[in-house]
Amino acid sequence: MSHLLVLIPLALALGALGLAAFFWSLRSGQYEDLEGASVRILDEDNDEQPS
Amino acid sequence: MSCCESSIDKADITPVGEPNLSVAARLDEERVRAASRHLQAAQHQTDYIVPDMHCAACIGTIERGLMSMSQVCSVRANLTKRTVAVVWDADQGSGSEVASFLKRLGFEANLHFPGDAATEHVDDKGRRLLKSLAVAGFAAANIMLLSVSVWSGADVETAKLFHLISGLIAVPAVAYAGQPFFTSALKALSGRRLNMDVPISLAVILALTMSVFESFTNGSEAYFDAAVTLLFFLLIGRYLDHLMRQRARGAVDRLVQLTSKGGVLIEAGKSPHYIDLNEIREGMRLRVNPGERLPVDGTLVEGCSDVDRALVTGESNSVTCKVGDQLEAGVLNLTGSIDIIATSDASNSFLAEVSSMMDAAERGRGHYVGIADRMAQIYAPAVHLLALLTFIGWMVATGGDWHSSIYTAIAVLIITCPCALGLAVPVVHVIGAHQLMRRGIMMRDGTGFERLSEIDTVTFDKTGTLTMGEPVVTESHRVDANAASLAKSLASHSSHPAARAIANHLEEAKSLPISDITEVPGFGVEARHRGQIVRLGRARWVAEIAANEQTGEKMPGVAFAIQGKPVGVFELEDQVREAVRSTIEALKADDLTVEMLSGDHQVPVADLAERLGIETYVPEMTPHEKISHIQKLQQSGAQVLMVGDGLNDAPALAAAHVSMAPASASDVGRLASDFIFTRPSLHAVVTARAIALKTGQLVRQNFGLAIAYNCIAVPLAIAGQITPLFAAIAMSTSSIVVIANSMRLNFFKDGFHRSGKPDGHTAEAETAPVAAQTPDERAAA
Repeated sequence: MSHLLVLIPLALALGALGLAAFFWSLRSGQYEDLEGASVRILDEDNDEQPS
Repeated sequence: MSCCESSIDKADITPVGEPNLSVAARLDEERVRAASRHLQAAQHQTDYIVPDMHCAACIGTIERGLMSMSQVCSVRANLTKRTVAVVWDADQGSGSEVASFLKRLGFEANLHFPGDAATEHVDDKGRRLLKSLAVAGFAAANIMLLSVSVWSGADVETAKLFHLISGLIAVPAVAYAGQPFFTSALKALSGRRLNMDVPISLAVILALTMSVFESFTNGSEAYFDAAVTLLFFLLIGRYLDHLMRQRARGAVDRLVQLTSKGGVLIEAGKSPHYIDLNEIREGMRLRVNPGERLPVDGTLVEGCSDVDRALVTGESNSVTCKVGDQLEAGVLNLTGSIDIIATSDASNSFLAEVSSMMDAAERGRGHYVGIADRMAQIYAPAVHLLALLTFIGWMVATGGDWHSSIYTAIAVLIITCPCALGLAVPVVHVIGAHQLMRRGIMMRDGTGFERLSEIDTVTFDKTGTLTMGEPVVTESHRVDANAASLAKSLASHSSHPAARAIANHLEEAKSLPISDITEVPGFGVEARHRGQIVRLGRARWVAEIAANEQTGEKMPGVAFAIQGKPVGVFELEDQVREAVRSTIEALKADDLTVEMLSGDHQVPVADLAERLGIETYVPEMTPHEKISHIQKLQQSGAQVLMVGDGLNDAPALAAAHVSMAPASASDVGRLASDFIFTRPSLHAVVTARAIALKTGQLVRQNFGLAIAYNCIAVPLAIAGQITPLFAAIAMSTSSIVVIANSMRLNFFKDGFHRSGKPDGHTAEAETAPVAAQTPDERAAA
């Protein structure tokens, strides 16, 4: 039982972290141009950071 | 030549040329400003639509190229939307240079006007769905984790704790992620209708309430996982549906936005400036430069030009207009700059009239009810009735045991909840739309598939649909290598369709230096080469400078001559679209009636109909006649597919059961049609129908699978034998089976593109000009 009291909040916290990360990526516009992202990596001179 | 020479001298013909460059540049700048968003200080953001951007190299060229301009602060290319967002500083330079720079880089760029708030709004909806999907996914995964341990035999205390935690996750998650369904269900109910969202919302809310109640009382069984996974699966379907609609709409918007959204106003005492379409009023004097379309109806007051009235009549042959002529909105000005006095504003122009005709036609067609909604109309009441009967049955059987009766009734609602049904249609449509897109066909509406699979009559427009709507050189007489080179040089200086055709035809010829190039509207192009005048254009006008003038008026096509030398001739014809004959044969083989409607004259229409094997054709039709023809057909029970391109076809496109247009069609034509094909081949009609039939088949199979699942699960639910574990497994497997079945559409093959040329005719025969082999018949006629 005592394990669960630690493990379940931990599991939930990790899940929530993932959810927060997704929301952050959505807000920072990483889903705006999915096709572009996949081809940009082929451009050797293009070493900019995603904005 | 009387009209032009008397009213206008050569300086006036080229007002946008070098002398007035500053005015033209300022007008461009005003256009750019109108399309820009002001950020801060002198910084503006302008979005450009760049349709030709395809790969990493394009993005690199554009971004690095624009960054090298002094006024550009930042550039971001979006490959998905084919747009480039440019932030520029007005203090450092002009914004209009960006577009011309892009053009120099080899990319056609058009301003993206932010006016349509609709597109932004749609995007918001997609984001909202994606967030809901993420929340539902998070909740479903965690609750499932806890549920699995309960099912695998946790002791009572642990189970109770787990249920409590599940409840704490599920209630806020459903409250957030369920909103798209709840609002839609409420909307349906307030309109006294039932849609699929009503049983969904009811099942989710009841399952949740019951589970919360159970958790706090005896805590035996809870359906938290069922409620949340249900939402998760349904949100996937909803999001796919949304994605497809938005993608298709985006593609169409992109095409539509290529048109001009305003005009150049000429006022006494002021220099010309750009005004928005909505600001144009009757009586204003507007300048229309070559290559632009008239924003509103107007009377020509100065200048003279050839205009393309294809939007109005559907015929691509250009017409010469002079002072006093009435021109409709949407007419394309080809050769000379003209001034018009507006006789209408944007709301009552010819374009507006046609679109109101279209609206009326669309209302007449009525709102088509998609197969998913039709299912919902039967399914939703049936489910509710079944749950109610279960409740009553259990009340009677158990002698009034409220608790178990409600419990079983809710279990019935949960198990029948249309999870697989919710996925059945959108998954197939998304894959179908993807298959269409790979073949160069865009779909504007999901129900287009269903309507396309129901057709029994296909009606084609002639010019621009069965033919390319653009002239092509078929033969040339008395044109030697030197003349060809000169003709090419002359032709490349005009935007007239005939000149473009000649320039294309003479691609091989080398260019020769020419000077003093003048375009004389209504006649042709004139220039000097080594001191001699050379002319390309109307036969009579060209013959004036030629050696022998006996080749008079009867000469068809476009003539060319060097001063003092005999006249050469290029014969032009409108070319038949690729694969027309095989398409018509394929349609006939499928027992469809094929018809042709045209605004053109009897002779060419009959000629083409005979050559293509179309028995039914009607020439010289006005837009009104086309629409009434379609309506008559539909009233007699036929389901008509209309394929057309012009503005004159637009009302007919809207009135038909389903419609298709080539991408070269007018904006209004494209807006009125359900499918748009971007490749030149007409075979898209057959391909689209084949995919539509296949999607219809898969949707029906999916419904069959979903119902088969219900046939097994519902009796168990009514008998009270359902456990949360069973519900979770049944729901997931039925959804996975439906998705897997839909995926089969990815293996769709259509023999045409693989085998190249399926029919015996060679490509040459297919693309042969309309009247190439019948000059005698034409002459006789």
